[in-house]
Amino acid sequence: MEHVELFFKSIFVDNMVFAYFLGMCSYLAVSKKVSTAVGLGAAVIFVLTVTVPLNWFLDQYILQPGALAWLDGNRATPELSAYADYDLSFLSFILFIATIATMVQLVEIIVEKFSPSLYNSLGIFLPLIAVNCAILGGSLFMQSREIETAGLALNYGFSSGIGWFLAIVAIAAIREKIRYSNVPAPLRGLGITFIITGLMAIGFMSFGGMLTGGDDATPSLDGNGENVGQTEQIIEKENETAQVLISEN
Amino acid sequence: MGLLSKKDTKLILDPLTDDNPITIQVLGICSALAITAQLKPSIVMAVSVIFVMGLGNVVISLLRNLIPSKIRIIVQLIVVATLVIIVDQVLKAFAYELSKELSVFIGLIITNCIIMGRFEAFALGNGVWRSFLDGIGNALGYGIILIIVGFFRELLGSGTLFGFKVLGDPITKTGLYAIGYENNGFMVLPPMALIVVGIIIWVQRSRNTDLIEEN
Repeated sequence: MEHVELFFKSIFVDNMVFAYFLGMCSYLAVSKKVSTAVGLGAAVIFVLTVTVPLNWFLDQYILQPGALAWLDGNRATPELSAYADYDLSFLSFILFIATIATMVQLVEIIVEKFSPSLYNSLGIFLPLIAVNCAILGGSLFMQSREIETAGLALNYGFSSGIGWFLAIVAIAAIREKIRYSNVPAPLRGLGITFIITGLMAIGFMSFGGMLTGGDDATPSLDGNGENVGQTEQIIEKENETAQVLISEN
Repeated sequence: MGLLSKKDTKLILDPLTDDNPITIQVLGICSALAITAQLKPSIVMAVSVIFVMGLGNVVISLLRNLIPSKIRIIVQLIVVATLVIIVDQVLKAFAYELSKELSVFIGLIITNCIIMGRFEAFALGNGVWRSFLDGIGNALGYGIILIIVGFFRELLGSGTLFGFKVLGDPITKTGLYAIGYENNGFMVLPPMALIVVGIIIWVQRSRNTDLIEEN
């Protein structure tokens, strides 16, 4: 359930392009034709799916405060470790970007070796991806939202990639059609693309309520019990104050 | 202008208008939009980018004859990442609340396309002083758009500037609110950033018709 929720949330509610404007540069530059947009989108899905879990492991075992505890076998009880005080989180930018640049290079070599046709269609986009904000953004959001397991991190990377793919394919399709429309001259090209993206983002905002309803409807039993207790206490207090007021009068 | 020759001044002033990194070169839009709901984070972001861009261009320009062209992207990324870590740590130390508000977007300066774009296009082929000016100029052009967008979104969205209520108080109905003005809450939401930038592009291209794109 957790997985399904994260999956849909990353695609629709927290869409990389429409909610956080990540990867806008290539989104605007490479969205003139649907076929190239599909190529770049596929490459982004692929690289996000690989780098987010990898960076999750880096974060868990190297970067977090106390993460180095596994070095002397105290992973479960970090406070006993001699490495408990180390906090390397300031290094996360440089490590994440190094992982991404390396992975992009590696993916490029592997794809070239095993699937030359895919390489030819993705070829020019792969190096571009190393500097796509969506990729680094995926890893940084993974870190700041404290995603718990490697499986969820994999899921997060994959579904954010799909969200980005959807956005770029949609805008490319619209731009192909809008070529036949009579757009005011100063807005042609970049200007109208910005405004269309804004309107699409407004449309995607309507997905916002999709998942929050479930959370409110099923609170945990413990929470419920506490709430009941608290309200009873509040009612008692109110009664007391009321009685005090009455007696004073 | 003893220090700056005519060519040097052009390096700084061009990116502000006719060669603006955001509206003309289409670079660095990612971080430009997400943090402009208010004026203060926009200005902090602009200053951070000016710092990273100026120094980064200098470093790359100094190293330009030493970097093998095959690994230049990784070298550039490491230089930017180091500078961004400095910015991030300084912000965490002196403006913790603000650095929380900017969250991952300070980190995303690393992949800001303006920075890589200028490294590739300018710093790798030019001297140190000129690269520095080019960096500052482009970062200023970026900052100006950020500040314009931040200004309008905060003014129209919350009726404040830097948190001061410049249009009067919406609850006690003073100032403009007394005659029935209402805040446009929509301006604070992310999609309006895109539309505001779209309008800026529209205004700029109506004034300078050379910039109009072929369809």
